[in-house]
Amino acid sequence: MIEDIELETLINDVYEYYGFDFGSYSRASLKRRVSRVFYLDGFKHFHDFLSKVRTDPEYCKRMIDEITVNVTEMFRDPSFYLTLRKEVLPLLGTKPFIRIWHAGCSTGEEVYSMAIMLKEAGLLHKSILYATDINASVLETAKSGIFPLRMIKDYADNYRDAGGQQDFSDYYIANYGFAKFNESLSEKMVFSQHNLVSDTSFNEFDLILCRNVLIYFDNNLQKRVVNLFDDSLAVLGFLALGTKETIKYSISQTKYKQFAKEKIWRKIKE
Amino acid sequence: MEKNKRITNCKVVIIGGSAGSLQALLQILPFIEKPISFAIVIVVHRKNSDEQTLESLIALKSKITVKEVEDKVKFESGFVYIAPSNYHLLFEKNETLSLDTSEKVNYSRPSIDVSFESAAEIYGEHLIGILLSGSNSDGTIGLRAIQAAGGISVVQNPLSAEMPFMPNNAILHTVPDFVLSTEEILEFIKGINQESEEA
Repeated sequence: MIEDIELETLINDVYEYYGFDFGSYSRASLKRRVSRVFYLDGFKHFHDFLSKVRTDPEYCKRMIDEITVNVTEMFRDPSFYLTLRKEVLPLLGTKPFIRIWHAGCSTGEEVYSMAIMLKEAGLLHKSILYATDINASVLETAKSGIFPLRMIKDYADNYRDAGGQQDFSDYYIANYGFAKFNESLSEKMVFSQHNLVSDTSFNEFDLILCRNVLIYFDNNLQKRVVNLFDDSLAVLGFLALGTKETIKYSISQTKYKQFAKEKIWRKIKE
Repeated sequence: MEKNKRITNCKVVIIGGSAGSLQALLQILPFIEKPISFAIVIVVHRKNSDEQTLESLIALKSKITVKEVEDKVKFESGFVYIAPSNYHLLFEKNETLSLDTSEKVNYSRPSIDVSFESAAEIYGEHLIGILLSGSNSDGTIGLRAIQAAGGISVVQNPLSAEMPFMPNNAILHTVPDFVLSTEEILEFIKGINQESEEA
């Protein structure tokens, strides 16, 4: 494992040289992630690693891509998706137009999950799904809608547990070990790079999903991000987080009401 | 015991286990009286779909209060904490717990090695790591990290383990401070921070 002081030096340098600010990331996880890249890329001395990061912008980009966690799956936590399908989508369906933001979408599996549910609810045609991440490489994967075939069996199980009743295999074409999801699903998706640490609100949404992203941030940054979501959410809109995340340390509880027993909150006043 | 370490400054007891460890936990946890002057953390492998059953079962059997682990929850002595399924459990310097969904380690999330290493970094000599039954090599590297940071490592006696692979692996690759049966582990935990019983 790298030393604390080395990690702090790296954080300072990445901010100074490139403007990416990891200063408010949770240290325990960040330290593991940085150590992982350090050993993965065969470095022996921290100063060599640091000087590579400083002098090689391509390498710095690779390092940032590697330290941000990009583990995701389709219909992750099926009971959460079941609640979205049964209770949230019918409420959103009454609107003439539905705007959804997947913040920290990673390789996009949850965005495609949402599109499938919207399609089955007859709402996809009047929806738009913004999907953003700090990491440009994962957005390329997300755009392509191509995911490893070995995961599909688990995804099909999740889909069924989340209330899906169609034949899941109708949504993709399998080839060469990959599943390519139908373009009819991605037609309504807009992908762009967005950094929750430094970028601002860019639209008003009816549903914001940010699942297992806040866990990597300290309390101050969580507060900033939750307020960014608040600025971006219409009244009566929904905010959905990961199963172990909460907004209770970040924003006044009189403004938000927790929905069902999932990590979904409804904004009840401006 | 070949080593006569006085355990008087323990802040955290972290227990890792996999297959067969639930049985061992149920022979230990329900018999620990409260209050305890340290925190107990449990990191066991289980199915992703098993979200709350382990928590409920242990909460039901244990006299010590089980605190639900959510991101950045305050970490304090006197309670039991259980690593949630499908997350790695990490320790922060400001006495909070944090979670991480990064890649599985030893085919596991939560991984025992990840939590043991993280706890060792923060709690050093104030940490005791206990590795129970299992059929996976997770935990060995973590126990080594605990010892390297000045903490104490305890391994369940493979003869008393339903699945001896995991404790055996730790015994093969490290020199544990103690190798104990489940009954002995219970007595050991009861003796922690009890100065009068040491002599």
